[in-house]
Parts: sequence; structure tokens; C-alpha cells
Amino acid sequence: MKIAVCIKAVPETDTRIKIAADGCSIDRADVKFIISPYDEFALEEAVRLKEAKGGQVIALALGGDEVPNILREGLARGADEAIHISSAGVAADDPLCVGKTLAAALKSISPDIVFFGKHGVGGDNQQVHAIVAEKLGWPQVTVVTKLEVSDGRLRAEREIEGGIEVVETGLPAVIAAQKGLNEPRYPKLQSIMQAKKKPLASKTFSDFGLSAAEVGPEAAGLVITALRLPPPRQAGRKITGDPAQQTNELLSALQHEVKVI
Amino acid sequence: MANGVLVFAEQRDGAFKKATYEALSEGHRLAAQLGQPLSAVIIGANIGHLATEAAHYGASTVYVADVVPLAKYSTDGYAKVLVEAIQTAQPGIVLAAATAMGKDLMPRVTARLDVSLASDVTETHINDGVFTVVRPVYAGKAYATVSFRRTPAAATLRPNVFPAATPDTSRTAEVKSIGATIVDALQAKVTDILAAAKGKIELTEASIVVSGGRGIKGPENYYLIQDLADALGGAAGASRAVVDAGWVDHSHQVGQTGKTVSPTLYIACGISGAIQHLAGMSSSKFIVAINKDPEAPIFKIADYGIVGDLFEVVPRLTEQVKALKRN
Repeated sequence: MKIAVCIKAVPETDTRIKIAADGCSIDRADVKFIISPYDEFALEEAVRLKEAKGGQVIALALGGDEVPNILREGLARGADEAIHISSAGVAADDPLCVGKTLAAALKSISPDIVFFGKHGVGGDNQQVHAIVAEKLGWPQVTVVTKLEVSDGRLRAEREIEGGIEVVETGLPAVIAAQKGLNEPRYPKLQSIMQAKKKPLASKTFSDFGLSAAEVGPEAAGLVITALRLPPPRQAGRKITGDPAQQTNELLSALQHEVKVI
Repeated sequence: MANGVLVFAEQRDGAFKKATYEALSEGHRLAAQLGQPLSAVIIGANIGHLATEAAHYGASTVYVADVVPLAKYSTDGYAKVLVEAIQTAQPGIVLAAATAMGKDLMPRVTARLDVSLASDVTETHINDGVFTVVRPVYAGKAYATVSFRRTPAAATLRPNVFPAATPDTSRTAEVKSIGATIVDALQAKVTDILAAAKGKIELTEASIVVSGGRGIKGPENYYLIQDLADALGGAAGASRAVVDAGWVDHSHQVGQTGKTVSPTLYIACGISGAIQHLAGMSSSKFIVAINKDPEAPIFKIADYGIVGDLFEVVPRLTEQVKALKRN
């Protein structure tokens, strides 16, 4: 089986966001980039599928200088080869342009199944997997917590409000992984060493037959015109006294100020 | 020619979701500002009765796809119908709720139309006839203002953020039937829906969330959180530490790698307030923190802070809430 997994480099989740001088992006100085947490479940599922069915896992990531590191980690986590797609010239804030670029890259690989994390912890768009599925004309199953693949078909469980939807479809397909799908392994030192010898290719959008008119800034359908920090929340009232006094006062606040009871 | 606002009015089991009323109300507000009509799209089986309700929320045209193959949600089938409705109505703006269904469906639909979608939006604006939105990024650590280059401009709206209007039962709508060509040959099929514990309210939809952190000490004490949530008619959440320790299922996790919630009231019990957790809940309208450690960072953002032992405070609060509700 040929298995692809698309991963993304995002700021470490304990990063305090600072706004860059342009006023519409983040200040990347001193930011450590990691594999987006949901992509770890995607990678793990891809590697488990290979271990069960045979085949190869190809990890792809679109981005800048932060990408080779996370792709090496992907290789250490069990991917066989990796492709860095440069974000230079791609409207990387527009999920549609990112999705088109990844779809073209995947078309050149023609995998049997593609894994994504359910969302990139950063832009928080939760869109690229569905856009890729649409552009490839493949079915998608998103927010997946359980997956079985056999004989060119798959059965997946996906999280919805208050329950789980069971979805069945054929391959090829796009799967977006949710936490709970598996327990990602930590790469062993030996795998980290081996990863250094695995192939990591560098590509640009034009290598996949795309033009700037299709995925460049002019093609973007949405533009971020400003980025701001949320208004700081102020510490409110400390409710003191013994537990009885505290709950009485809180209850009164919930009734008369918050008005939820 | 862009004409008005179109809302995908999500239903499950023959009833609109709460977030649908919010989306219809926001759609109506935007349409009124533009001086243009609101239309709604309803997809499913045996759902024709909902058209009247959409009209009460301001839709002057309601596209109804009432066909058996669409009884259960499918990305493929719903996308075909919604695209058909958008191509017929030619709206300038398309809205849906940022629910499990909205998040799965809308990027597929907008990609098919080759337009862009802003996800999980918390503000919409029309200035000089131009539509812009604000959406949280990095789970609310920053907010991006987004403008659109092509029409329709599409957005999913975060549940619990936009107020639902009071329905006007005198309003009526023209109902148009669509989706007749959908045959039972969908790519992916929902074969079953497994319900979670009955009567439990979903975190992202709840207007009250009670969350437990490491301070609850072990899985055997999570019932304290669940009981208070139940008494208040809310949902029970948890910090990442509690989920990673295996004390509760990940579906309860609030934070940057869990669910982002915007309830009216958030009660954090035994949660110190790591930056990843604060990111996921700091847009709550009121925050209550109950923690033994007076230095816990959560107190810096809490509207009401109780420095105390949650094992004493929470059960007492639960009993008092129950007593109040009985009277």
C-alpha cells in the first residue's frame, strides 16, 4: 500500500504569540516549531497501516525553513521518505491555495490513502484535508477516532456532537485523525539515526505543474488584513470566607450577575 | 450577480441545532444591513416542516432537499445539494454553523466552487458594503481579521457566540425543492450513529461548562465535575493533564489541542491554567476558578476566584444548585 501523510509545522503549543511588525502575521523569532499535535496521530496511523499491510509511507509538508526538522522527525517516527514542498510563492494563509498545492503533490504520488491531522494547531482552519479530497475527487472522513482498512475499503468512526458516526467508503480516500485514534510512539534513538539516511526531497509548486496564478498570492480567496491579541482579561473578584460563605456568594453571583440559574 | 445571504440550516433528527438558529439570526442581520434577502438550505429526509421555522428567522426563500438518500449526513451528498442551492441563489455570503457537520461540509463545498472559507468565525462586519470577519487563531491566542477576494464569501460561525433572534411567526417564505437528482450512490456512507451517553450535553454546544484539572486527584473523583455540570444543565470538560493521564476520554478536553469553548459560564475546578488551557476557554463570558493554590494563573483571568479545596466547595455548590432548581 502506498500511504501518504501530510503534516504541518506549527508553533509549540505553549508559545506566547507576538504580533509581527507587519500587523498581520506572528513574530516567528524565538518560536520553536513542532509537528502539529493532531498530525502525530495521522503519522502513527499511517505507520501502523504500513506495518499491518506492507507498503511505504511518504510524509509531505508545505512550509519554509521550519519544515525539514519536522519531516526528519516524521521519518524517525516511521515514514520511509519525505517531501518538503516550499511555501515560497504559495498563498500559505489561504487554505484553498495550500489544499490545491498538496492535492497536486499527492496526485504525483498517487497514494491509496492520505492521512492528515484533523486540524493544524495554528491557523485552526480545519479545511485543507477536505479541500485536498475535493480536488482529488476522493471521499473524506474527518475527525476520525477509529479506522479499519481492508480490501480497498475502509470503515471509520468519526466524532460528532454527542456521538460517533460510522462511515464506510472505498479507497483512495482522505482521513483526518482526531486524538484517540491511537497512541503515538516516541522515536527511538536508533530510528532517529536511521532517519538521517532516509530520502528528503525538496520541491516547489511548479514541480507539480502548478502556476502562480493557481496557488500564488493572486489566487488567494481570503486575505488576513490584521492580527491582534485578544483583549486581556482582568482578574475579577476573590470570594473569601469558609466554604459555605464562598458557595453562597458564588451562587448569588451566578443568579444575579451571570444569570445562568 | 451576488444576491443576499444564504445559510446552510443544519438539522439532525428533524430538528434544527441551537447553532442553526444562531447562524440564521446572524445571516438575517447581515442581509438586513445589506438590504438583501436571506435564503436558507435544509437537507435531510422528512424535514420539510423546518422550512416554516427558517422563515420565522427571516429566510424569504428556503431550499429544501427532502430526499431519502440524504436521511443521514454524507459529505458527498450534502455537498452536491448545497452547491446546487448556491449556484441557484447566487448569494454574496454563505454561512453555516461551525459544528461537526459544518466543519466537514463547508470546505468541501467552497473548494468545489473555488472560493475561500473562513472557519469558526466569532465576529462578522459589513463596512461600506464590504464583508469581513474575525476568527480566532492559535486557539484564541490571537484574532485575525479576514477579507474575501471572491464571491460568495463563506464562513462557519462558532456556536454560542452569535445571539439567536426572537422568531417572528408572521413571516413566510417561498419554498423551493432541490436535490431531486441525488441518487443512492454516494462515495462515503454513514452506516450507523453510535450515541454517546444519553442526555449528556456536548462541550462545544453547552452554555455552561464545568472542567476538572489535576486537582481532582484521580479518575474516581471526576463525578464531582460531572455532577456539578449536570446540576447546572451544562457539560463536563477537563484539562489536558487529566485526559493524558487517562482519567477521562479525550472528547472532554478543553484547550489548544482539545476543544475551544465559548460558554456563558466556565467553572475551572483544580485547574492551574496552563497557556494551552487558557487558549481554549478564555473567550468564555464568565469564568469561575476554584483552586487551592492562590498563585494559580487561572485566577488572573477569572471573574470569580475561590481559593479553596474543590472537594469541599464543589459538592456543596452542586447541592445548592440542585436545591435552588427544585424551588
